[in-house]
Amino acid sequence: MSLKKIIAAAIVSSSAIIAGTASAQTIGFSQVGSEGDWRPAFSANMQETASDYGVDLKFANAQGKQEEQLRAVRAFIAQGVDAIIIAPVVVTGWDQVLQEAKEAEIPVFLVDRDVDVEDKSLYVTRISADFNLEGRLAGAWLAAESLGDCKIVELQGTTGSAPAIERNGGFQAVIDQFPAMEIVATQSGDFTTEGGKRVMEAFIKSTNNLEGICASFAHNDNMQLGAIQAMKEAGLNPGEDVLMVSVDYVPAIMDAIAAGDANASVELRSAVGEFIYPVILDYLENPRELDKWIVIPSDLHTAN
Amino acid sequence: MSKKYLPLAATIAVFLAIFLIGGANYNNFLTTRVLGNILADNSFIIIAAIGATFVILSGGIDLSIGSMIGFVGVCMAVLDSMGWNPVATALVMLVFGILFGALQGYIIDFCNIQPFIVTLAGLFLLRGMCFMVTLDSVPIRHDWVADYASWKIGLPGKGVLRSSAIVMLVSLVVAIYIAHFTRFGSAVYAIGGDRESARLMGVNVRRTTVKIYALGGFYSALAGVVYALYTSSGYPLAGSTLELSAIAAVVLGGTLLTGGVGMVAGTLFGGMILGLISTLIIFNGSLNSAWILISSGVLLFAFIVMHRFLVSSFDLKGAK
Repeated sequence: MSLKKIIAAAIVSSSAIIAGTASAQTIGFSQVGSEGDWRPAFSANMQETASDYGVDLKFANAQGKQEEQLRAVRAFIAQGVDAIIIAPVVVTGWDQVLQEAKEAEIPVFLVDRDVDVEDKSLYVTRISADFNLEGRLAGAWLAAESLGDCKIVELQGTTGSAPAIERNGGFQAVIDQFPAMEIVATQSGDFTTEGGKRVMEAFIKSTNNLEGICASFAHNDNMQLGAIQAMKEAGLNPGEDVLMVSVDYVPAIMDAIAAGDANASVELRSAVGEFIYPVILDYLENPRELDKWIVIPSDLHTAN
Repeated sequence: MSKKYLPLAATIAVFLAIFLIGGANYNNFLTTRVLGNILADNSFIIIAAIGATFVILSGGIDLSIGSMIGFVGVCMAVLDSMGWNPVATALVMLVFGILFGALQGYIIDFCNIQPFIVTLAGLFLLRGMCFMVTLDSVPIRHDWVADYASWKIGLPGKGVLRSSAIVMLVSLVVAIYIAHFTRFGSAVYAIGGDRESARLMGVNVRRTTVKIYALGGFYSALAGVVYALYTSSGYPLAGSTLELSAIAAVVLGGTLLTGGVGMVAGTLFGGMILGLISTLIIFNGSLNSAWILISSGVLLFAFIVMHRFLVSSFDLKGAK
């Protein structure tokens, strides 16, 4: 290779590198951990879709520890990333590190859970699903399906958890519009299949084989799958005798819906990269005030 | 160089090697900013590990560290919400740490029970008490805490020495003084080297043991105060398994788990090595975080084997 060619190649490749760094945004993402089914799918989606948006994603899993998240955010600041995404472990204790990010002029975006900071300008916006909306969607579907006349048993999530409180609130708000709709029994199944089965067995006993009950609303699919099992064991026909509606839309409930054992499920998306990245990239190009909460839409899925 | 400095030299060499590897691979790694972050982000682990160094030097172990950190944190947060001054709460919690540690030390020596079991009971007891105090994460919103968090000393370059790092360095200097320039310090090494000969040499073993665990309790509580101020909140699950990181920092710092050999200054570098590994993997950004634990584990294995080799070939125990 002649010297000229080498120089030409060097110029081409170095300009390619410059062009590359100019367009590619480096984003640091501090994730809570990898508990449950939903969160690992969420992490995987964020990592997989990053390249579609030309994002160089630095991913740090905090293993459920706040000190690891603070360490990760500080490391991102030291590294000089273009933006930071945080899915917080706990709501408190963020003021100081968010202040440091602000001083370094790195915008911070929250995904999933909220943070409790006095100065809301420390983060740009929170991008997440709306649990209350999920409850309202389930309630609206049930109202339409039962023509506003339905006695419901409810399988609640873990008592006091945000999804349990808000899904119940949204659902209740919709059925309150219909005088003939009411929740006749409610109990916590702790978001687990065993919990759902146990609660439904109790309901079957206390309501004389679900006599007069038209629907079962579960705060997640796992509990609903347990309930389906309990009903089948009692000789009932879930999906036909009783309308089954739940939240999450995991693969197992898709099978149950296809088999006619369940009727509807509201999707809690794990493929959220397509909602999160455009907001951040758009902000980096054109920084301005955004709403403090950008809601990721929820879809309700039925057999057809 | 005296041969007793060999483990410390090995620790510092590993620290520098990891720092240089990071600097060679990633932009902005070999900076005072990263160094300042490592000192601050690991300050509570290092403070707890300093206390654990004394315990381990004496041939014991303290598993109650992480729970103590969590308990101090929730107490500080809840008392703050009741209007207490954070400095007053911190002092109360430090006294509590000393008393709790002393009690553990007394039970260990008086009942002649393995420190492992006694401090394991302490771990459960304190963690349970965390949940009695609060189940939520509680913010600390006192103005003094915000001031404390903003104290810093600039380093050359963009780095800063944050308040938690300053507290850690001061407590390290105090610990070095205690270990190497007091009668109590010599007694700790003597008990760890050989308990019976220490007794025959006139060391009051019971009083020293109580003091060792009281000192450990003090440093754990101080780590809890620093952690609570660092996150400006209390969370009942905070600090879980942190005692294991502290023990790892002590061992990486060149202190022998069997007692009698080691230096407090090594613990600083042991803790910083752990922090450096995490930072390196975060800078990489595509490695699974499991690699933090795997590489820390491999390094620990290597150090334990190396210590074994150094002790048998240089007779470090006799060197004291």
